[in-house]
Amino acid sequence: MEFYLSLLTLFGFRILLGLSAYVVILTGQISLAQAGFYALGAYTAGAASSMWGWPIFPAILLGGLVGGLFGLLVGFPALRVRGLFLVIATLAFTEIVRMVFLNLKYTIRVGDRTIGPAAAEGFRGITYYFQNGWSSLQIVAFTWFFVLVVLLAFWLMDRSRAGAVLRAVGEDELAASSVGINLTAAKVAAMTAGGFVAGLAGALYAHYATYVSQEDFGVLLATFAIAYALIGGTGSVLGPIAGVLFFSLLIDGLRFLGDWRNLLFGVLIVAMMNLRPHGIIDVGLVRRVASLLRPGGRKAYAGD
Amino acid sequence: MLAIEGLSKHFGGVQAVHRVDLQVRGNEILGLIGPNGSGKSTIVNVVTGVFPPTEGRVRLRDRDITGWQPHRVLAAGMGRTFQSIRLFGGLTVWQNLWVAQKAKSWLAVDRASMKKIEATLEFCRLRDKKDELARNLGFGEQRRLELARVLAAEPDLLLLDEPAAGMNAAEIEDLRDRILALKQRGKTVVLIEHHMELVMGIAERVAVLNFGVKIAEGPPAAVQDDERVREAYLGHRR
Repeated sequence: MEFYLSLLTLFGFRILLGLSAYVVILTGQISLAQAGFYALGAYTAGAASSMWGWPIFPAILLGGLVGGLFGLLVGFPALRVRGLFLVIATLAFTEIVRMVFLNLKYTIRVGDRTIGPAAAEGFRGITYYFQNGWSSLQIVAFTWFFVLVVLLAFWLMDRSRAGAVLRAVGEDELAASSVGINLTAAKVAAMTAGGFVAGLAGALYAHYATYVSQEDFGVLLATFAIAYALIGGTGSVLGPIAGVLFFSLLIDGLRFLGDWRNLLFGVLIVAMMNLRPHGIIDVGLVRRVASLLRPGGRKAYAGD
Repeated sequence: MLAIEGLSKHFGGVQAVHRVDLQVRGNEILGLIGPNGSGKSTIVNVVTGVFPPTEGRVRLRDRDITGWQPHRVLAAGMGRTFQSIRLFGGLTVWQNLWVAQKAKSWLAVDRASMKKIEATLEFCRLRDKKDELARNLGFGEQRRLELARVLAAEPDLLLLDEPAAGMNAAEIEDLRDRILALKQRGKTVVLIEHHMELVMGIAERVAVLNFGVKIAEGPPAAVQDDERVREAYLGHRR
């Protein structure tokens, strides 16, 4: 049971991370900055609860807000570059964040323990859950509260004009601006929202793990964030969930294969990209399911 | 309505547009013609802020809009369509208009804006297609959606960049009626076209570009008889 609860908690962080990449990808941007936002959320929220004595809820929110603030800051210069150049620029941001935490030394003594970011040794002692005797079930519930709130918010956004505007920007920037969409506002808003959600994910992760280190927040994490959204599909907020399930089942489900796993891992990703180039849950699938669910449905859609 | 003053656009050494002056009056249909590569689309792109001019000014109703970004130009009242169709393929027909509309709310759809979208779809004969993805439409329907989308933003001045390209005779007839209906509704239309019959039939004035320079301007009949226009299109008389 404990194992499954842990797994469910891990899924929560990954889904949030995937959603943070999802909202940015809607506007046609590929960002590797999500790992940087995640790291900022983890360190800030960790410091808030374990060093400054904040209650857990505002501490997690602070992690999200710091992620969002940096999303806003990264969003503006990132507007000037696109495609591969944006990938490089955002990767540089994630690396800068990592280097800052590699060198940041800011610790306090609590009894006989040292708490806080201790440069290369990482940040120990984010023990709020354990000091307050939280059970695994409580941790799962707390994590998934945030997952569900973000899912609901994004689902509503997707159905609103704001969601259509983000997708329009992702489809064709020139056409979008020529029908009156402010590209700067749309892209920076998406990056800010993505930063906030990644910050939340990092904050929750830090409290679950109790120890974080800059090594955890590198290019691999950033790549997974994008992969969750892209392999899962950007047709619906359920896409990143499908992406997380796909990767998690591959990573944890194929352990019995030993070294063959890595080989199969690559083959499966290539196969997925060929079978479903727009992700598992793409716009076409969303529309087909929607038409089946509609009252009197089963009126098949032409095309797709 | 729109005043283009001494407008030039150079790409490196290429003078795509050179010192063009052009006045568009309110509620007129102005034809802008010229052979391929004469700078018609460049003018549209510079005027709507896709790229800044090398020199010259653009004024819209006494406001200097030179170098404004496209979304601000649209907000100031000038919209455009694209020569090569640029729709939001993954959005439905209805959503294509929804994002273009100056809506009050980012979240809900109010009844008034919904009605307006429906009316625009009706006007462009797309009402029964409103839930289709734009990319699944036929070519003629995509052309109509391109127009419907910019109409949803309610500009007073429309720059239509070769709206008849690839259309058959019946579709062109349909387009012509639609442009005339827009004029009836008080819109000003700049029609950039290759299709002479369409332009000469509905434009009140025609301006002719060749190699980025305006070589003639006036009523269609006068322009058709202009020696320089004949040369531009047919070559020198031997």
